[in-house]
Amino acid sequence: MNKTVNQKAWFLVLPVLLLVAFSAVIPLMTVVNYSVQDTFGRNEFFWAGLEWFDEMLHSERMWDALGRQLMFSAIILAIEVPLGIFVALNMPKSGFWASFCLVLMSLPLLIPWNVVGTIWQIFGRVDIGLLGYTLDKIGINYNYTQDIFDAWVTVIVMDVWHWTSLVALLAYAGLQSIPDAYYQAAKIDQASRWSVFRYIELPKMAGVLMIAILLRFMDSFMIYTEPFVVTGGGPGNATTFLSIDLVKMAIGQFDLGPAAAFSLMYFLVIMAISWVFYTVMTTMDKKDGV
Amino acid sequence: MAKITLDNLAHSYLAKPKSENDFALKELNHDWADGEAYALLGASGCGKSTLLNIISGLLHPSQGRILFDGKDVTHAPTAERNIAQVFQFPVVYDTMTVRDNLAFPLRNRGRDEAYIVERVQEIARMIGMEDMLNRKARGLTADAKQKISLGRGMVRKDVNALLFDEPLTVIDPHMKWELRTQLKSLHHEFGHTMIYVTHDQTEALTFADKVVVMYDGRVVQIGTPQELFERPAHTFVGYFIGSPGMNVLPATVSGRVAQVAGQTVDLGADYTATGKVELGVRPEFVTLSQNAGIPARIRRVEDVGRHKIVRLEVAGQEISAIAGEAEDIPADICAVQFAPEGINIYANDWRVTPNGKAAA
Repeated sequence: MNKTVNQKAWFLVLPVLLLVAFSAVIPLMTVVNYSVQDTFGRNEFFWAGLEWFDEMLHSERMWDALGRQLMFSAIILAIEVPLGIFVALNMPKSGFWASFCLVLMSLPLLIPWNVVGTIWQIFGRVDIGLLGYTLDKIGINYNYTQDIFDAWVTVIVMDVWHWTSLVALLAYAGLQSIPDAYYQAAKIDQASRWSVFRYIELPKMAGVLMIAILLRFMDSFMIYTEPFVVTGGGPGNATTFLSIDLVKMAIGQFDLGPAAAFSLMYFLVIMAISWVFYTVMTTMDKKDGV
Repeated sequence: MAKITLDNLAHSYLAKPKSENDFALKELNHDWADGEAYALLGASGCGKSTLLNIISGLLHPSQGRILFDGKDVTHAPTAERNIAQVFQFPVVYDTMTVRDNLAFPLRNRGRDEAYIVERVQEIARMIGMEDMLNRKARGLTADAKQKISLGRGMVRKDVNALLFDEPLTVIDPHMKWELRTQLKSLHHEFGHTMIYVTHDQTEALTFADKVVVMYDGRVVQIGTPQELFERPAHTFVGYFIGSPGMNVLPATVSGRVAQVAGQTVDLGADYTATGKVELGVRPEFVTLSQNAGIPARIRRVEDVGRHKIVRLEVAGQEISAIAGEAEDIPADICAVQFAPEGINIYANDWRVTPNGKAAA
């Protein structure tokens, strides 16, 4: 059969092309544009080549922020994933209390980031906050504005409070999809509780858990608002994560070139990690199928 | 292997059943003989899965007792009953190899590894999966998975009974035959007590020594395939078994004759029937006639290959007759006749035993 060549078909792609251009390509290109130029104000720009990338790659400040960022993501994943699974396993399977738990679990997810930040900022204050005041009264020295450890604990607990629900809800959905027959067969086989988890529940949850981990990783890797509201990146630079540092650099110091180079690399790192996750997930799907 | 006794057993899913209609499984007394293959046959929702789950211990009955070899296990948990069950949808442990799947029940019971290796090999040979032992169970076909779950049941030598809950539902038609044949030969070879739940009469009749027909939460007949065919104890059995099912027509019976649609029919035996009286006759025993008999009109003829099914109208009701494949069906058929040996009389849906004969 002869195919008809009709170049007019390109027009059909045009709307999408325009949309993507304005929503992603053009803004990204301005950033690329900044990253290869230098300015001394008055809207005059000079060609700088890859200098900013070179400078950023050798900047201790960026590596430190990246280190803190990775540590933060690792810690919250290590807490939220097991905790989310544990919560999902203990949620009622049906009836009034199942719906009740679902609503309860989704509440934190509905609260805007800066509100969560504000809640914890006040909650942890030693003078008026319930948590800070109580800890202070029972003799625990707690102050997230001055103590690095306390600041980290506060930021992490806040994130766990805000996002464990997401993992729990996804894990719960995975659990609900397991037919009763599996549990009955396990009973007949005299499988232990651990075996049921290891060989039935975990494999069936694997797909949704990968999505949960991917979502939580990306979100935590880009976290900005909550720690900014609570600690402002302090004490010192202790909770200055990549986004906070980037904003400081771009808006605070108005170093557009380095900030642009920095954000491009930030973007590439997130892309790379998401690609790895995507590849792992799709190969898992393939193995599941057939 | 064990004899399983159901004593006064009944079950309701409601906490406080008020009338008999609240029971999903109505009162039942029955012995499942050791080493026999039974089929539990009935339409969806008739209580057969409920009964199976009570035997396996996944469900505790509202009343009555269940005994394995005389030992009361009514409240014993599933694990203690030592039964095996194959479910409608294949249950395998996806992430394990076929070998680990088969070994799983033995490992959980703490048997030593040498015994497990030997036993798994033996079972793999029985179900014909020796060359797949090292494959992951994930990605196997539905029939292979179903064989694994059967193997997981048989791997324990002391298993009391093998229960099957519509195990061939998701299997391709050409594999169904193979699996059923394999199951039957396994039964002959090893003599497990098997209870097989199905709504497919072919499956039930080819698999089982004895078929238990259930209807609306009640066991209506227990018998060999031949008994179910020739002497259905309940109109439901007549209609459910056979293809097409038994014709049931309202009748009045007096002694050796019945009146159907204003005509007299010879019954070949003496009956006393009261209540809602009906005459049941299988299509195999209905013959077409051009002159004498009960007036009938042909509606259509279906040729199913090995024979023809003739659908007729008798007194406003549709009945079926079976005619030979080579038989010519004249257009002027105006009556049907019933062979006396194929007639059963029902009163209020239950079969009436002819006078002077022992109850079947």
